[in-house]
Amino acid sequence: MQAEHHCKFKQYIWELPVRWCHWVNVLSIVVLAGTGVLIGNPVFIGSAPQSYLMGWIRFIHFVFAYAFAVSVITRMIWTFQGNCFAGWREYFPFLGVAGRAEMKKVFQYYTFQRKHPPETVGHNPMAATAYFAVFLLYWFMILTGFAMYAEHAPGGTMHSLLRPVYAIMTTQTMHLYHHLVMYLIIGFVINHVYSAWLMDIKEKGGEISSMFSGYKFTTGEYAVCKSRFWDFFPWKNKP
Amino acid sequence: MSRPQEDVMPSGRFSVARLLEERGVSRREFLAFCSAVTAAMALPATMVPKVAHALDKVQRPPLVWMEFQDCCGDTEALLRSANPTVGELVLDILSIDYHETIMAAAGHQAEATLEKTITDYKGKYLCIVEGSIPMKDGGVYGCVGGKSHLDRARQVCGSAAATIAVGTCAAFGGIAAAVPNPTGAVGVTRAVPGATVVNLPGCPCNADNLTAVVVHYLTFGKLPAMDGHGRPLFAYGKRIHDNCERRPHFDAGQYVEHWGDDAHRKGFCLYKMGCKGPATFHNCPTQRFNEKVSWPVASGHGCVGCSEPQFWDTSPLYRRLPNVPGFGIEQSADKIGLGFAAGVAGAFAIHGAMNALRKDKEPTDDHQQGED
Ligand code: HEM
Ligand code: HEM
Ligand code: SF4
Repeated sequence: MQAEHHCKFKQYIWELPVRWCHWVNVLSIVVLAGTGVLIGNPVFIGSAPQSYLMGWIRFIHFVFAYAFAVSVITRMIWTFQGNCFAGWREYFPFLGVAGRAEMKKVFQYYTFQRKHPPETVGHNPMAATAYFAVFLLYWFMILTGFAMYAEHAPGGTMHSLLRPVYAIMTTQTMHLYHHLVMYLIIGFVINHVYSAWLMDIKEKGGEISSMFSGYKFTTGEYAVCKSRFWDFFPWKNKP
Repeated sequence: MSRPQEDVMPSGRFSVARLLEERGVSRREFLAFCSAVTAAMALPATMVPKVAHALDKVQRPPLVWMEFQDCCGDTEALLRSANPTVGELVLDILSIDYHETIMAAAGHQAEATLEKTITDYKGKYLCIVEGSIPMKDGGVYGCVGGKSHLDRARQVCGSAAATIAVGTCAAFGGIAAAVPNPTGAVGVTRAVPGATVVNLPGCPCNADNLTAVVVHYLTFGKLPAMDGHGRPLFAYGKRIHDNCERRPHFDAGQYVEHWGDDAHRKGFCLYKMGCKGPATFHNCPTQRFNEKVSWPVASGHGCVGCSEPQFWDTSPLYRRLPNVPGFGIEQSADKIGLGFAAGVAGAFAIHGAMNALRKDKEPTDDHQQGED
């Protein structure tokens, strides 16, 4: 029996800012979680009085916190600038009929009710929905993080800007949820890396390398598309 | 010895400075007190003459001290030190009109005094509140003289020139407001929304800060600048952690691991023993207590965060992070988080194993998009 071979198209999907933001986020999350765990449960053996261990760990946490925040904001701006695969609409596949249908197929694939995953050019709709949730977690970490950070200078600009955070949470509550949400993000990462690996194997579109190179391999050819701010209006569908 | 005319106020009340003099406080002691209180208010030394001058002139305002759901701890803290300080005398002089714990009058007589003060000096008297106010079921859970705490708070705080809420209960509801808050206890700001309130939380409130607020009011005729929780910035504008004498040990990574261990004896940081200094705003490290003798962290016990809202619910005494709502107190945030992450990892490991058994491998992989 001769296997039928399809021609695949090489398609530029992830533009440079998307890839940079992704890997900056990955690096900062790894560093932030590592330093964060040490801030929460310091285990330093034989530390000398002249050392500055906790000081440096907190400093690294804050440096990567800034990098992370800048990266998250950049990526959000890019949802209105980049191609449609990076656009904000990608994150709400459940808003459209076609998106919901695709999502159902992916769900069926994950629950073993369907043999092959549907080909996804941009984000897979289930993953995109999770990314939206993860973005909310990012913002939670950034807001509680900077709110805790700004407490070294009450009344300063950062402290004043974050007044709404202090109005709804005590400092202790911020520490607790900043700590707990880290585990939610870790849970997401486990799922995410597993899914990327799974889709790389099953879709054979070069899923994982696409986050480095920007290119995926697709069975059809797609026109280059643009994401614009007015896509915000539902009657403007993506090309 | 004849007194300058201005010392005698129209109402027959005397200036603070003169009353102090009558109680045996020398001019030197009085000026020393003015310097200390100016420093407590975080004002420059150049303000000392202004404070002294103001206290020389100012008529003592009538003051009433209301106790609601309280333990009397703030009163105790004020009265119990070995030598009465000038600060206590200032408060003592001010607080004679009504104070349930220390006044001589009782029953109807006492209530009549209160009634008289708040009608004769409407909008002019100062009110100090100690204890939380129960709001639930129309405020039936506490009453004095046949009136509920809520009604009394509205009446007395509502027409005071200013109300000073001393202690965490009066400021934020405190221990009485801890979950499940059976009496619906709240602080003065919540119970009497229109009142002019300054909060001096703490368990108990530091008498030095109370004196400083009163002196600020007497000197400048207004309450000091406050933070988002209505606390004066001079006393609650900095985090304990940022002024703590054990902070170098925190930065160095040197922590007490067990009570009484070597690190504890060496005075290392109490972070891992549940110190709430990183989440608590108060001037304890600099102002200290009992004439600057000591404060909790100096004496080897972590800060419990008593001057923060909801401290009883969010500051377990010997653990750093609060309990996770919905989980037992044995579960720390880390145990729950690690359990969650392990669960996710397990679920996907199983998913992966099941996928490996799928019959969709090369070389028969010839599906196209959308094919099942
Ligand atoms: C994914 C991102 C992040 C993770 C996983 C993370 C993780 C953590 C963890 C586990 C803690 C210990 C919490 C505790 O037990 O009290 C912590 C503390 C902290 N984090 Fe983050 N963090 C993140 C992002 C941020 C950001 C964006 C900021 C912003 C400045 C920030 C600022 C802080 C601060 C100020 C503390 C408290 C440090 C202290 O109390 O000494 N974090 N972080
Ligand atoms: C801390 C770890 C990670 C986080 C938080 C994370 C988060 C994300 C997010 C939010 C996106 C959406 C990107 C966008 O729309 O801009 C994404 C996409 C992607 N990530 Fe990650 N990622 C992590 C680690 C990884 C790793 C280690 C890999 C490689 C094995 C990977 C591979 C991918 C791929 C292939 C995509 C595009 C997939 C698609 O949406 O269809 N990620 N990731
Ligand atoms: S003892 Fe408490 S307040 Fe002092 S440095 Fe350690 S954690 Fe901070």
